[in-house]
Amino acid sequence: MKDDVSLWAIALLFGSLSLVAVGGANVVVPEMHRQAVDIGNWMSDTEFANLYAIVRAAPGPNMLIATMIGWKAAGLPGAVVATVAMCGPSCLLTYGVTRVWQRYQHTRWRAAVEAGLAPVTVGLVLASAYVLTRAADADWRAVAVTAVTAVVALGTRLNALWVLATAGVLGAAGLL
Amino acid sequence: MSGTVVERDLRETAPTPPLVSLGMLFGAFLRITLSGFGGTLPWAHRILVDERRWLSPREFVDALSLCQFLPGPNVVNLSIVVGQRFRGVAGALAAFSGLVGAPFLIVLGLGVIYSRYGHAPVIDRALAGVSASAAGLVWAMGLKMAQHFQRVPRAVIVTLLGFFAVGVMQWPILPVILVLTPLSVAAAWVRR
Repeated sequence: MKDDVSLWAIALLFGSLSLVAVGGANVVVPEMHRQAVDIGNWMSDTEFANLYAIVRAAPGPNMLIATMIGWKAAGLPGAVVATVAMCGPSCLLTYGVTRVWQRYQHTRWRAAVEAGLAPVTVGLVLASAYVLTRAADADWRAVAVTAVTAVVALGTRLNALWVLATAGVLGAAGLL
Repeated sequence: MSGTVVERDLRETAPTPPLVSLGMLFGAFLRITLSGFGGTLPWAHRILVDERRWLSPREFVDALSLCQFLPGPNVVNLSIVVGQRFRGVAGALAAFSGLVGAPFLIVLGLGVIYSRYGHAPVIDRALAGVSASAAGLVWAMGLKMAQHFQRVPRAVIVTLLGFFAVGVMQWPILPVILVLTPLSVAAAWVRR
């Protein structure tokens, strides 16, 4: 079934998702699942879940789930097309808007828009922290890891990679 | 009410932008992405704001706002905004390739390993530990950003509403943004 998926279908899927993913790539993951598993039959439900788990834990942005889906559907060309399609349209839009936005620096209304947007953004960041905590934390030990990491990141200058690595080792040892 | 924290910060950030080369942009975003186990945004904040001081905390929030309200992956958009700001098109391309290039290869490599050997439970357990810890980094980033609203009640209220709607209630992001943003901007305009 792998070779049947055309690169155009991949480009079209991720190109359009790129332009509706307001709030980030995670927002459109359910739609990716629907297209890749339920409709396109490019992979099984379990495969999708495992690929997504790999992407979330591996270094790099979560939008690489698109790369994985493209790869699973059509090999390396599929991976390249999916990645470019997922980033291209939104990057062009962002570039254009940034250019225009700069022109209105120091205007009153831009200051008001930024002052209004900022708390919405921070609210969404905290919301995603909450969702991640709920998703990751099976029991009190995992909650403790989340809390300790937050405290260390806020209160010390220790490189957080040490904390992530320690948590990974604790997890691997079956202590979480 | 002319001296809110938000407005004072805006004035502080006006002077000279730091000199940032294409190589530095590529390198910074490469570090962000390679550190970003379980999520890259907290590392973008740490490296761009705390370490390199390319953006003030306030500028980071504004840039991230733009990225969050435009469609597309947030941190990818952020690479475009930051790259563009210092070096135009070339800068955006440098930051973008730093961010996406290496993880593209890593993720494919892991995909190949996974499809050949299946997955081992010990890896799953390690990943669960990393995910729990990564959630803590996002909390820390959000709380750091929220500190700036301490003396701006309207901002605190909007932050809590957004957190409650999308986090606790798990309502879809788009309608929440569409309702909350106009209210928040209007409040910011009126309070000037």
